[in-house]
Amino acid sequence: MTNTPFKDLTHPSRRGFLGMTMLTAAGLGLSGLPGAARAQATGQVIVGISQEPTVFNPHLLHIEVDEGIHWAIFDPLFSVEPDGSFAPRLVTEVPSIENGGISEDGTEWKITLKEGVTWHDGTPLTAEDVKFTLELQKDPDFRAARRTGHELIEEITVVSDTELTWKMSSAFAPYMAILSWTFIVPKHAFDGVDPNEAPFNQSPIGTGPYKWDSRAPGDNIQLVAYPDYHGDGASIERIVVKYVPDLTVLYTQFKTGDIDVIALQGISPDHYAEASTLEGKTVQLVPVGTVETLSLNLGNPVLADKAVREALYLGVDKTTILEALYYGLPTPTETYMPQQSFYYNPDLPGHVYDPEAGKALLDEAGWVPGGDGIREKDGQRLSFICSTTAGNHVREQMQQFLQQSWKEMGIEMEISNLPPAVMWADHWMQSQFDMAVAGIIFLTGPDPDTTNYMSTDSINAQGGAGQNTFQVSIPELDELLKKGATTVSPEARKPIYAEIQSMIREELPFLPLFQRNEVRGHLEGLQGYEPNINVRITFWNMQDWSWA
Amino acid sequence: MIRFLTHRTLQGIVLILIVSMIGFTVINLAPGGPLSQYAMTPGMSQQDLDRIAHQMGLDRPIPVQYLDWLVNMVSGDWGKSYRDQSPVLDVVWRHMWATLLLMGTSTAIAVALGTLIGVLGALKRYSVFDYMATVGAMIALSIPTFWFGLVAIFFFSLELGWLPAGNMYTVGDQSFSDYAIHLIMPSIVLALVNVAIWSRYMRASTLDVMDQDYVRTARAKGLPRWRIVSAHIVRNALIPMITLAGLQLPTIIGGALVTETVFTWPGLGRLFIDSLGYNDYPVIMGLLMFSAILTVIGNFLADIGVALADPRIRLG
Repeated sequence: MTNTPFKDLTHPSRRGFLGMTMLTAAGLGLSGLPGAARAQATGQVIVGISQEPTVFNPHLLHIEVDEGIHWAIFDPLFSVEPDGSFAPRLVTEVPSIENGGISEDGTEWKITLKEGVTWHDGTPLTAEDVKFTLELQKDPDFRAARRTGHELIEEITVVSDTELTWKMSSAFAPYMAILSWTFIVPKHAFDGVDPNEAPFNQSPIGTGPYKWDSRAPGDNIQLVAYPDYHGDGASIERIVVKYVPDLTVLYTQFKTGDIDVIALQGISPDHYAEASTLEGKTVQLVPVGTVETLSLNLGNPVLADKAVREALYLGVDKTTILEALYYGLPTPTETYMPQQSFYYNPDLPGHVYDPEAGKALLDEAGWVPGGDGIREKDGQRLSFICSTTAGNHVREQMQQFLQQSWKEMGIEMEISNLPPAVMWADHWMQSQFDMAVAGIIFLTGPDPDTTNYMSTDSINAQGGAGQNTFQVSIPELDELLKKGATTVSPEARKPIYAEIQSMIREELPFLPLFQRNEVRGHLEGLQGYEPNINVRITFWNMQDWSWA
Repeated sequence: MIRFLTHRTLQGIVLILIVSMIGFTVINLAPGGPLSQYAMTPGMSQQDLDRIAHQMGLDRPIPVQYLDWLVNMVSGDWGKSYRDQSPVLDVVWRHMWATLLLMGTSTAIAVALGTLIGVLGALKRYSVFDYMATVGAMIALSIPTFWFGLVAIFFFSLELGWLPAGNMYTVGDQSFSDYAIHLIMPSIVLALVNVAIWSRYMRASTLDVMDQDYVRTARAKGLPRWRIVSAHIVRNALIPMITLAGLQLPTIIGGALVTETVFTWPGLGRLFIDSLGYNDYPVIMGLLMFSAILTVIGNFLADIGVALADPRIRLG
């Protein structure tokens, strides 16, 4: 980019602006008392995202981008770190069986809050706020996004301002992970108002490192550092979260320096090579928990045949798809578990591309080519429909490639793509598809439990409640899932989930393609922007960011 | 005059009612719904979605939902956005001024330039200038706005670095000059097509007027040429333009849709696209109503404007 004096005068660069504020801050620093508790936060950072955060009450139904704002404004009791461990935020110690915070049977919990934590309006945080937050999830009138886990709480007792205990109807290991995503909200902000309509929902008050400043709808949200934060406070004074709806424009603004950080979907894969050469910008591949699958509906008579599923997988030329269509960015995988997880099973059989073996498998299972070359068995043609979100060009290209590869094996695949609102409504939830290209985050945070996707009780199409749209139903798997969810110690859970993964790899209710990596970019001078696979949003730790 | 007013008001109300009924039915008939986008949230189950749909009243029959909405709307409550829980009128209002700023500037440029080019082209018919204006207008009408916008960003922001690549203001600045510099590119890109349209209409209209008897009379009286052009030709040629301007009023919602996306401008066009993407029914309905009301008002103002400009036309 050419920097002309004209531009510099009228459109000061971020560096220029930062320089000015740093000078001001230095001046303040000199006049301040030596040895002040904390350095004053300075400067600003502009985070560009392609979806607009609009829901600021963290417990209302929201999308992932909203959580970036939630992480800045609120604190959970404890947070989940990139390595999957939990770190105290509002509590003095993360509860565990070892420290007595959780009873041996996993049903009785006790937590102690830190002293001296205040809400952004100056009110002190108390155990009542925590009780209110947990009870809010079960309030029948409140449109809580999710109740899983919270529903098991039977009785919450406030022991003192900083201590509370609760009892659960049964042990539920994933509750630790759920709590690490449950942001504590102030009880006093909901006094006498409908929690769905509280003014709080538009100007949130938290205990977090940043406090709400302003919102220009459709454009930006501004947050400022909270000087009385109870932990290590933020070092950047102002965060501007800028909404740029078009990915190409977002990238252009990153290039011109109008935004400092590209978060969320980041840089599109086709721009990755060019972006890596940009001067003064750091561009990284960051793994995320989404696994791209070819989800199969086992309720379909053709796909219910395991030999067909295996043959399909043998006919997927994964390497070519990854290299030619995805610019080699994603990581091939054999499981739904992110490879960074503690519970990841690395010993699963590797995928091989071998259409001949696939054909032999189908011959053996009785699927023989009919007059038009498409295989048949008992009058049933080996034919099905593949659908995904219309307009996703890379996926559409992959579908055409697969259609071609499978056709040579005598398998017929038709393509019928749908708009997102249709695709992921009943078509998906009620298992009306045959095969779907779907990117799925199977885990809730760092917890390995996937009951919602794999247990017999979670098949909506069979009267269950969950997201087992594959309709996979194996009694041993149900047993294992139950055992895993009620076992508390991570070491004891690890073999259970290793077995579940190999069972799923064996059964193939979905063909695992790859784990996604996002391309993220920021100015070289920005430090502390750590990826965290256990949270849903890339800009989760803005209090740790600083300018070099 | 009073008969005219009541007649037009009643007509307008019926029109708006019909639009609202069709609109409400169509968005509700479209498959999926406001909650389908949350289906892929980790841990989300059909049970949760059903519960929330019930809490939001989305499981009631459509006619019941429509009547509920209609009664509230008439009493001034246009509902709340599903996305950010703010009242619809607030949401529309907050996005409107960004659009008005952009459309206002761009329309001013388009009208001024379009009139000038159109009149000059007609006065010097078949001159080099006239041919260039004609070809230029054809090109401007054929270029897709988003392409022109992206090319402009490429040259003036990326290559030359003269102008910002989008946005309405620089965060932390927001002075008058800051707004002005951000307005240059989007308003010119948006004006381009309108300049073409206005200049073509204006040229045709001027040609019509030039051959009128009163122009010949004015010339015979020996009036100076500039007076003939300004007082007799342009003034009369502008009358059909008033109708055109009235019809353009409702396009402020859809008109800047593409430009607003390319230039990251937080206006009504983008609000409409976003609301459609999220199935934010109350906001979609609000924008639809807003647009219908503007259409009625635009037509009404155009009729009055024409009558004021041309004493031969009487209302009623």
